[in-house]
Amino acid sequence: MEMPTPNASVVAKKPELVKRLQEVLPADAVIHEEAETRAYECDALTAYRCPPLAAVLPANTEEVSAVLKICHDMGVPVVPRGAGTSLAGGSLPTADSVILGVSRMNDVLETDYENRFIRVQTGRTNLSVTGAVEENDFFYAPDPSSQLACAIAGNVGMNSGGAHCLKYGVTTNNLMGVKMVLMDGTVVELGGEHLDAGGLDLLGVVCGSEGQLGVVTEATLRILHKPEGARPVLIAFDSNEVAGQCVSDIIKAGVLPVAIEFMDRPVIRASEAFAGAGYPDCESLLIIEVEGSEGEIAEQLDKILTIARSHNPVELRESTNADESARIWLGRKSAFGAMGQINDYMCLDGTIPVNQLPYVLRRIGEMSQQYGLGVGNVFHAGDGNMHPLILFDANKPGDLELCERFGADILKLCVEVGGCLTGEHGVGIEKRDLMVDQFDPDDLDIQMAVKDVFDPQWLLNPAKVFPLAASEIRRIAAE
Amino acid sequence: MKPQTEADLAEIIAGATAPLHVQGGGTRPVGGPVTGELLETGGISGIDLYEPGALTLVAKAGTPVSEVEKVLAAEGQRLPFEPMDHRVLLGTSGEPTVGGMAAANVSGPRRIQAGACRDFMLGVRFVDGMGRVLKNGGRVMKNVTGYDLVKLMAGSYGTLGVMTEVSFKVLPEPETGATVLVSGLDDARAVEAMSAALGSPFDVSGAAHLPKGPEGTPVTMIRIEGFEKSVAYRSGELKTRLSTFGDVAVETDAGKIAALWKGLRDVESFADRPGDVWRLSVKPSDAPALGAALGAEELIYDWGGGLIWALAEPGRDLRTAMGGIAGHATLIRAAAETRKSIPVFQPEPAPVAALTQGVRAKFDPRGILNPGLMG
Repeated sequence: MEMPTPNASVVAKKPELVKRLQEVLPADAVIHEEAETRAYECDALTAYRCPPLAAVLPANTEEVSAVLKICHDMGVPVVPRGAGTSLAGGSLPTADSVILGVSRMNDVLETDYENRFIRVQTGRTNLSVTGAVEENDFFYAPDPSSQLACAIAGNVGMNSGGAHCLKYGVTTNNLMGVKMVLMDGTVVELGGEHLDAGGLDLLGVVCGSEGQLGVVTEATLRILHKPEGARPVLIAFDSNEVAGQCVSDIIKAGVLPVAIEFMDRPVIRASEAFAGAGYPDCESLLIIEVEGSEGEIAEQLDKILTIARSHNPVELRESTNADESARIWLGRKSAFGAMGQINDYMCLDGTIPVNQLPYVLRRIGEMSQQYGLGVGNVFHAGDGNMHPLILFDANKPGDLELCERFGADILKLCVEVGGCLTGEHGVGIEKRDLMVDQFDPDDLDIQMAVKDVFDPQWLLNPAKVFPLAASEIRRIAAE
Repeated sequence: MKPQTEADLAEIIAGATAPLHVQGGGTRPVGGPVTGELLETGGISGIDLYEPGALTLVAKAGTPVSEVEKVLAAEGQRLPFEPMDHRVLLGTSGEPTVGGMAAANVSGPRRIQAGACRDFMLGVRFVDGMGRVLKNGGRVMKNVTGYDLVKLMAGSYGTLGVMTEVSFKVLPEPETGATVLVSGLDDARAVEAMSAALGSPFDVSGAAHLPKGPEGTPVTMIRIEGFEKSVAYRSGELKTRLSTFGDVAVETDAGKIAALWKGLRDVESFADRPGDVWRLSVKPSDAPALGAALGAEELIYDWGGGLIWALAEPGRDLRTAMGGIAGHATLIRAAAETRKSIPVFQPEPAPVAALTQGVRAKFDPRGILNPGLMG
């Protein structure tokens, strides 16, 4: 992965930079010794590493503003970082950048059940937002699978999704407002405790802008009362086509399950070997969960099972208690870990129109043969967000590159059938160079024009989202 | 001018030398008065793709909303955000279009549960102020590829570009519905009752309070939708919970329910009555005090109190009554003179206004798309 050449004059200013940062932050919030900056050299895309010049850990919006003012003043790039769980390299540093970590900013600032929102500092983890309102039976809906670790800052940056977004939407649909610091240190508030924008929906474009427009320090999030209960059902099929058709028929019948998860044979076998959930050995497997009171659950499951039976499933497993529900989910929840036991893997997240599912799975199978790399599929079927897991051996020379080429081909296929490169992980550096496969030059130009407005010097989160060739003129002009 | 294709539209805009007044069906003349040659999008029409099993519909911007709704209804689906039809309130005629609905981010009572128009927009094609044909988003439900300009285009009233195609996520039409009616509540108690309902596990899809209901007395309405047994169960539970607030009844007649919510959605009770109409979005618990401070002739509370419709004497700026209350107010209906002297859209704090102006200058560097409409 090509990264821009570090700006030598910026690197040379390190002593002055550190001194100025230490003037506005407590001593332990400025990390600049080489041994320590290594802790920030990568995120969850570990194939790429580069220690930053320094890392700072501000404790509030004022400190973030002070840091950004200094960096803006000195022309130093800044890479905002939530919890470092990005699979797309969204917070990969450059050698001439300062990592701005929000991990010390994790307070709950306000909970309001009457108006159904919570306001938090963005270093707070996704799961602990729900944790803060759980005692009153409320929850925060977006649930990325890294929710135990990932921060709201990263969720806002990547517009994160999760397993339950078919019903509840993704981050942008649950984000009411932000406090954000622009690169020059200006603090702005977008949205708030009311709904919708009074003018242009700038909040809408900030969410998912991968930390390139500003550093979001506080977020106002919609919270909901928990449903009375939830129950999954497991349906096994001997063909991907039939499983795909079953999903489509359920949706067409007017049932909106809270989650529809799909696993293919390689993943079923791997998770069975790993977790022993007792899944049938079949071509594809659906886990469908519905919510409500006992009566409501029964009513929805009845409709789902009727449709499922019409497709002659290999197995149909209902749950009668919490234990059985947990066993149905067990294999799915251990799928990623199970694949990781077999080998290193790369996790993609392209989205496709759901009716293209059988075709895309077949093509991925063919490509797997061609490349000689195994691949398993586990994903959110209701919304077409795929997660192909490509197996490779990181210690084998050339295997990573081969895997990346295979991955790129899968993502191009997603675009070809009417989908997109990334459904919830973000572009980061990982999919940056594939953007030209989804967008024409003008489409990218108008996106970059938005960055021109928020960050005219192009200092925030450099080298992400846009192909370097596409952003080159702007980056040179900004220097 | 009424181009029939996206290419023609692009050519018109690229070649324009003076401001353009962009509109869809012309049924929502909201905003500051625009001086410019009329550019209508109604000719660029037609549904390009509809996949009920994928909950996706793609339509050209000039497609009548009614055509989309008809096609969806045939498959038992709908636009979940319940778009308001402005014709009754604003006394306009013509056909509301998909592009106009998206450009004004038009939502209705179900916004409180399902989300706004912008939440169901998956992708757009549009022509910017230089005549470039651009696209953003797509036709799939989960898409974080690049910046989300779809949200930016929603509610931009044609000032950033002229939309030519919009993709939507749609949802199933529920099997049935019920509306729990609480009578006689004052505004403050009504907002409390609505908060109790919206904070319950019963998936309320509408919560509104009419201080002057159909009988001239206060009515608070809570809507439930879904499968038959579920609706019966949830409306029963809500009836029990809300009985501590006042007299509760459950309406189950589909025709009556539809009429109630359509009347609310379209603010029918303010139609044909003199006065300016304001639309205020605030935190629900701020609504009763603000409502009282507005000194309006009549109020309607939707979105659990978070949306206030106010009928007020002409030419008065209701924003002065907001004091320190956060939110925004839009002057939806007023004489052109008033819309010149009072900003139609909520003035933004300086740093935010600078971003807004910056974005507009990038999308429409010549300032020819609906100049003056959003201030």
